[in-house]
Amino acid sequence: MYAQEGSIADPLRVAIIGTGNIGCDLLLKVMASPQLRCESFVGRRNSSPGIALATSHGIPTTAGGIDALAEMADRIDVVFDATSAQDALCNWKILEGLGIPVIDLTPAHLGRFCVPALNLEECLDEQNVSMVTCGGQAAVPIARCFSDASDGGLGYLEIATASSSASVGPATRANIDEYAFTTQRATYEFCQVDTAKTILIINPAEPGIVMRNTIAVPASEKIDMEALRVSVDAMEKRINSYVPGYRVVVPPVAVDDRIMVTIEVEGLGDWLPRYAGNLDVITCAAVAVAEGRAEARR
Amino acid sequence: MSAHAERQLKICDTTLRDGNHAVSHQLGHSDISSYAKAAELAGADLLEVGHGNGLGASSIQVGRAALTDREMLEAARAQLKNTRLGVLSIPGIATVERDLKPALECGVDEVRVAAHCTEADVTRQQITMLRAMDVTVKGMLLMSHMAPTETLVKQARLMQEYGAHAVILMDSAGAYTPAVVQDKVGALVEALDIEIGFHGHNNLGLSVGNSMAAVKAGATIVDVTARGFGAGAGNAPLELVAANLHLERIETGLQLFAALDAADLAESTFVKVIPTNDSVTIASGIAGVFSGFAAPTRRAAERFKVDPREILMELGRRGVVAGQEDTIIEVAMGLAEKNSLYDVI
Repeated sequence: MYAQEGSIADPLRVAIIGTGNIGCDLLLKVMASPQLRCESFVGRRNSSPGIALATSHGIPTTAGGIDALAEMADRIDVVFDATSAQDALCNWKILEGLGIPVIDLTPAHLGRFCVPALNLEECLDEQNVSMVTCGGQAAVPIARCFSDASDGGLGYLEIATASSSASVGPATRANIDEYAFTTQRATYEFCQVDTAKTILIINPAEPGIVMRNTIAVPASEKIDMEALRVSVDAMEKRINSYVPGYRVVVPPVAVDDRIMVTIEVEGLGDWLPRYAGNLDVITCAAVAVAEGRAEARR
Repeated sequence: MSAHAERQLKICDTTLRDGNHAVSHQLGHSDISSYAKAAELAGADLLEVGHGNGLGASSIQVGRAALTDREMLEAARAQLKNTRLGVLSIPGIATVERDLKPALECGVDEVRVAAHCTEADVTRQQITMLRAMDVTVKGMLLMSHMAPTETLVKQARLMQEYGAHAVILMDSAGAYTPAVVQDKVGALVEALDIEIGFHGHNNLGLSVGNSMAAVKAGATIVDVTARGFGAGAGNAPLELVAANLHLERIETGLQLFAALDAADLAESTFVKVIPTNDSVTIASGIAGVFSGFAAPTRRAAERFKVDPREILMELGRRGVVAGQEDTIIEVAMGLAEKNSLYDVI
C-alpha cells in the first residue's frame, strides 16, 4: 500500500481516467489535497508518460481503461474523467449504471455545469458534474460580471482564449468544436446574454505564452463600469481561493468599439510549466468540487 | 517531380476575403457582386470570399463584418460559372455546424482549412469531414515564416494525410524573401504528392517576386488580390502577377487584359486606399507580426499615445499569431504605462 502526503483519516477515494496533460496535472493536485486519495490512475497504454508519472509517485495504475475501472467500482467514491468528449460519453454510460459520480473535465457536457466561483454548492449532490472547458472556467465568471453590471442583460458577448501549443493536447485538438459549443452553452447558462461567441487560439511561441482570455462586449452595451470594476475585482479574489495564479491583467476598460477585460492564468507548474494555466484552471476547479463533496459528506 | 509536371498554375483571387481586412471587413453586397463578375471574366480558378479571418470570424476580437457569411457567399455565387467559389475556415474560429455546413449550402466549391503553421492537427476534423463529403479541400499553414522548413514539411504531410488536395504556405506577415520561398516551397513540392501553393504579402516589397519564386520552385497555386487589396501592406497584386506570368509565358487560365480590368474595377469601387508600405507595415514585416494587426495597432497607438512600431516589435517578441488581437491593447497600455503618459483608469 501507499500513503499520500498529509492525507486525513477518511479521504474521498477518487480515480482518474485519462492520462494526458489534464489527467497528469489533476493527479498531482489530487495528491496535494489532504481530503482526496487517488485509488487508481486509469489509462489505455502502459507506456504512456502519464502512467510512468503515477507509478513514480506510488499511485496504483491500470492500462485497462474503463473496464478495469468498472471492476473496482466498490472502492471508488468519485471518478474524474479527463479523456475526450467522445470517450467521456461511453465512460458515463458505464459509470452511471454503477452509481459512481463523475466530475467530467472533457467538453462532453453530460451533467450540470459547475464553475466553482459561481455555483459550487449547487453541484455537490450531482451524479455528473461538467467542468465546462478550460476557457469556460477562466472566462465565464468574468462574463457573469459583465452580465451583472449590465442593464438587464447583454446582447452580445465574446470570449477569446489563447493557450500555448504545448499545453493543448490531442483530445482538445480533436474536440475543438465541442470546446466552442460547451463554452458558449455555459455562458448562456450563467449569464444573461442573447448571443455568445468563443474564439480559441493556439499559440506556438516558446517559451509558452501564459493562458489568456479576453472577455468583451460591444461599447453599445449599457454597462455600469464602476459596478463592473468592483465585481471583477471580487471575482478575481474568489477564484484565487482555488486557482492561485488567476489574475486580471487588463481591468475593465472601454477601448475602440468595445468594453473588455483580459485575465491570465498562470499554473503551479505541476505537470507542464507555469504558462499552462489552462490546465490548472480546470483541474483546480475539479479538485474544488471533489473537496466540496468530501466536506459535504462529513 | 514528374507527377507534378502536367499541373497548370492556378490563381486564387482572395480580393473578397483577405482584402476584407483592408476595409475592416466592410465589403458590401454590390462590391462583392461586381468584383465576382470581373474575377469570372479574368479567369481566376478560385474566388475566395468572406470575412478576412474566414467563416464565422465576425467578432469584436478580429472585427465585425458588414455582411453575414451567407450574404457574402450568395452575392458572389450568383456571378460565378467557371471560377469556383471558395471560403477560408480556421478551426477554433469556424465550427462545422454553425459555419461550415451553412456555407456549403450556399454553393461553396472549395474550403481552405487554415491553422497556424505548427498546429496542423487542429485541421483534421474539418479536412476529413469535407473530404468524405467530396468537397475540394486544401490546407493552409498560417504565419509560415515562424517555423523551419522541416517543421513545415511535417505539418504539410499531416494535412496531406487527412485528405487535403493541396497545401498553401501563407506568408501572413510578409516576412519572406525569395530565397526562403524557394527553399520552403521547393522542400514541400519535393516531399508531398499533392499540390503546393503560396500566399504572399508585401510588407517588405517582395510579394510579386516571392510569388514568382514560388512558381519557379514548383508551386501550382498562387494567391493574389486586386491592387494588392489586403491587410497591412497588402497582398501580391493580381495585375502584377498576371503581367509577370504573361512575360514568362506561364499558362494559368488568366486573361491578361481582363485581369487588369478586374484590378481597375476594384480600385474604382471598394479599394479606398491602395495598400502601400509605411513605417507600420514595414515594422510588422520586420517583427514577423500578422499583417492584419496593422490597423488595430494604429488605433491602439493613437488611443494610448505610443509608437505603433514599438507595439509591433513587442508583439513580435511575444510571438503572437493571427487571432490574438486583444494582446495589442495590453501591449499598448503597458508601453503607455512605461512612458508614464497614461494614467490607469
